[in-house]
Amino acid sequence: MSGINEAGTVNHSGLFAAWRAMVVRDLTLAMRRRADVLTTLFFFIIVVSLFPLGVSPEMAVLREIAPGVIWVAALLASMLSLGRLFSDDYQDGTLEQMLLLPQPLSVLVLAKVLAHWLVSGVPLVLLSPLLGMQLGLDGYAIMLMMLTLLLGTPVLSLIGSVGAALTLGVRGGGVLVSLLVLPLYIPVLIFGTGAVGAATSGMEFEGHLSLLGAFFVLAALLTPLATAAALRISVE
Amino acid sequence: MLEVRDLECARGDHRLFTGLNFQLQGGELLRLRGSNGSGKTSLLRMLCGLLEPVEGEVLWKGKSIRAQRDEFNAELLYLGHSNGVKSELTGFENLRINNALCGRLLMDDQLYDALADIGLAGREDLPTQMLSQGQKRRVALARLLLSDAALWILDEPFTALDVKAVAQLAKLIEMHLQKGGMVVYTTHQEVEMRADACCEVNLDR
Repeated sequence: MSGINEAGTVNHSGLFAAWRAMVVRDLTLAMRRRADVLTTLFFFIIVVSLFPLGVSPEMAVLREIAPGVIWVAALLASMLSLGRLFSDDYQDGTLEQMLLLPQPLSVLVLAKVLAHWLVSGVPLVLLSPLLGMQLGLDGYAIMLMMLTLLLGTPVLSLIGSVGAALTLGVRGGGVLVSLLVLPLYIPVLIFGTGAVGAATSGMEFEGHLSLLGAFFVLAALLTPLATAAALRISVE
Repeated sequence: MLEVRDLECARGDHRLFTGLNFQLQGGELLRLRGSNGSGKTSLLRMLCGLLEPVEGEVLWKGKSIRAQRDEFNAELLYLGHSNGVKSELTGFENLRINNALCGRLLMDDQLYDALADIGLAGREDLPTQMLSQGQKRRVALARLLLSDAALWILDEPFTALDVKAVAQLAKLIEMHLQKGGMVVYTTHQEVEMRADACCEVNLDR
């Protein structure tokens, strides 16, 4: 009962322990519900594979549209997985408990988003070379596309977390999330595909990558605060 | 320590209660009474800071809980309608993660002991989705055993529990009060608890 008389002091090692516990918790949960993770991944594969069938099997055409197709599929796949980010916790009451922890909520949100990216973003990055080859991209373009996805998918998870938090408990939240979040994904899409396009046509692409990096830093700094505020409103 | 000033609660256009005032000191037990829909859960959520009051404020040690959220949360334990237990995780994992999130790293033995004490011996390593309603509630209650929070806010803590567990929880609450803790709770069951200072707030009036 030592805590009763002491005023709660902010303990940094405690904060780190809490942060790590949150990441580990969400990764464990994802491992126990592997089907959810695999669904997103197969969605990504199938969407990309539909294009050769629908547009044209001509390699020249496919090579032209490949970066855009893979990026759009990645956007949709990452959005598909957003629903799980907070809704399970909301339903079983663990989200409520999370709001009542003696840790800054935005830090815990960041932990959740990191775990979410590890299970929904990283697999997309790892799978993209295969799909790139399928669409006839050369090795250099594939490398670059992986790099843009590596920089871009965390931004998608971060921005998406705000939308997921705002639509918690709303009926038809899934569709609403896409309306809220997809427009915000546009800059990431433009510069992600732009970098690959510029590189394949022999132009400078560092600018695109720097901007993607800047988006990432900004999103990592700002969105956890917005998500935390949105969660407090949604739980009321 | 905990003070409520002029609290008003509304759900939509419907005003549930208004002008509510009370104080709670260390060692005191507060029971909220009221019929269904009288705003008991809303009041408890306001005391935790989960729900913003329409009017009035909740003070902890003389300061608004909103101005000192982390400090207040460090001394608060809230048990709501939902257990806050992950069904894919085992009872042990739930408890360990819960404590780690509060910034407490406990020995595995302490966690197993707490789960055994609450009547889950032999069930610690089962995913909680395989447990009964009452057993899930016990996983949530195991947090009380390990908590060093001063203020317990318990929303219908006795539901789904068997007679033995009800008596054990009552005992836990009594011990917490003896150590100078505070408890606010609601229940529709009559459970006898000994406390030096009991008070009641009736929301029906």
